[in-house]
Amino acid sequence: MGKYILKRILIAIPVLIGITIIDYTIMCMAGSPLAMLQGPRVSEAAIEAKEIALGLDKPVYVQYFLWLKQLLHGNMGYSIKSFQPVSDLIGSHIGPTLLLMGVSLIASLILAVPAGIYSAIHQYSKGDYTVVTLSFLGSSVPGFFLSLLLIYIFTVRLGWLPSSGMTTLGADGGAADVAKHMVMPVIVLAFSMAGSNIRYIRSAVLEILQQDYLRTAKAKGIGHFKVICKHALRNALIPIITVIGMEIPVLFGGAVIIEQIFSWPGLGLMTMSAISGRDYPVIMGVCLLSAVVVLIGNLVTDILYALADPTIQLD
Amino acid sequence: MKKNRIDEKNKKPPGTDLAGESYLHMVFRRFRRHHLAAVSLIVLGVIVCAALLSPVIAPYEPNEIAGPFAQAPSRDFWLGTDQIGRDMFSRLLYATRISLLVGVMATAISTVIGVLLGLVAGYFGGLADMIIMRFTDMVMSFPYILLVLVAAAIFRPGLWNIILILGFVDWPGIARLVRGNVLGLRETNFVKGSLVAGMPLRHILFSEILPNTVAPILVYATSVLALSILDEAALSFLGQGVQPPTASLGNMLNGAQSLTVLTKQPWLWLPPGLVIVCIVIAINFIGDALRDALDPNGGR
Repeated sequence: MGKYILKRILIAIPVLIGITIIDYTIMCMAGSPLAMLQGPRVSEAAIEAKEIALGLDKPVYVQYFLWLKQLLHGNMGYSIKSFQPVSDLIGSHIGPTLLLMGVSLIASLILAVPAGIYSAIHQYSKGDYTVVTLSFLGSSVPGFFLSLLLIYIFTVRLGWLPSSGMTTLGADGGAADVAKHMVMPVIVLAFSMAGSNIRYIRSAVLEILQQDYLRTAKAKGIGHFKVICKHALRNALIPIITVIGMEIPVLFGGAVIIEQIFSWPGLGLMTMSAISGRDYPVIMGVCLLSAVVVLIGNLVTDILYALADPTIQLD
Repeated sequence: MKKNRIDEKNKKPPGTDLAGESYLHMVFRRFRRHHLAAVSLIVLGVIVCAALLSPVIAPYEPNEIAGPFAQAPSRDFWLGTDQIGRDMFSRLLYATRISLLVGVMATAISTVIGVLLGLVAGYFGGLADMIIMRFTDMVMSFPYILLVLVAAAIFRPGLWNIILILGFVDWPGIARLVRGNVLGLRETNFVKGSLVAGMPLRHILFSEILPNTVAPILVYATSVLALSILDEAALSFLGQGVQPPTASLGNMLNGAQSLTVLTKQPWLWLPPGLVIVCIVIAINFIGDALRDALDPNGGR
């Protein structure tokens, strides 16, 4: 097991380096971030001095290696806009994002796992058709449109839920207040994730239901409920783990748009403002972080596989 | 319900009907069984026709100021007018055209890239395979929307840039799929036979291997199409995609970020959103039915 994990990490390192190179190239093609500063009130000399101070006068590959060297020392650079260290910026924004992502993931599983299993057990029934049709709807409705609809219904018409931020300004509502702000973003993220998850879990469970060991279990006459709960569900764990692994990059991306709409003070909102302000060190930091998260997610998925299914041979 | 299905099955014992009918016939028959997909095909057909014929159907020019500002739907303006008095119905038609164009072109680009890389990786193996697959891993482990957003912000947003960006980001799935199929096909006797017969490489790759992996590519491409349309909408919604005054379904929704539009003028943002949902869900249903219909092991 230890050997396998080590091997996987060693494979992930070149991928990670490749990602940083791609990032850096894309960003260098975009031109200087100082171009935004240019104007009648800023002299050429001032821009040049700034360029030298930020190291932007050096060739691209030298800049890349400097960035990499700094990174290995634990320094992700400084924001061009606010001059804060990137690691501090990320640190102060990651909490709300993790909260939102975690709750949405759990909510989508609570929705998708029972629905997928129900749908597989009652294949071709009316309930199955309804679940599958709804799941298609879930993966077809754009998150931002669903957000607008929810805001329109729950904030504008009914006035039940707040539509932006994480807490009410000035009030100290505590956990209940945060939960109230979270309802709509979580619904949107969970609904769109549950869409694809339901179909995935359904087809996986359908496959399990046709296995010989399930026929044996049924033949023993232990009852329908026990067959499903004891024999089928344990084996359905594997597709469920796959689903969680697949969702991590989706969550990271989806959160950007949803956070923007609901002004959720997380990484996504920070990234969007960094993108529009061409704050390269911050963008690089977020891209690196997300790539690491995705690669770790893949690794953890593979390890959990081995734990859930002893017949899978690693190495 | 259950009894009916069994009767149906008994009427057509497996094997007898397969022998007499061509592959296309079978695909068509199996496809028709999916009622939702058949309905979707009609809906999508209507939407595509309306989009293609928009210069004929649209009562006004899409960018022409045709009436009063922000008027609710009326007999003259079926879907009302926007904040500067342009006819929403005409804009919706042209927007659908742009969104479909982005989706189809992006899908075409990513399919070509994915198929070529997948063929090379799967057929030649070795170093080429390793490099291509590592590159695929890199693109895949990137949070997709983040990559698209960064790229769109950097390469000045615009119609063709959006198409190129989406096209260059969507291919990894297809490359993996093709590679996997090629790995299997390379070991089949008909490919080995051509190899022994001294057929040129071009013939083996494009006339022997590729036709045998078209079905899964087609199914996958439908999901890429649905995704590209959603992504274009999301990007344009955030203001990083197709730029006004050119209307796209996403940037028509952009206005709904303002509170007055959201609360007082639902005709400005509901129709484009519903059109996106209709298009995407129709494509998804059709893709699902195609997967079932094209599956050679599907039986029945």
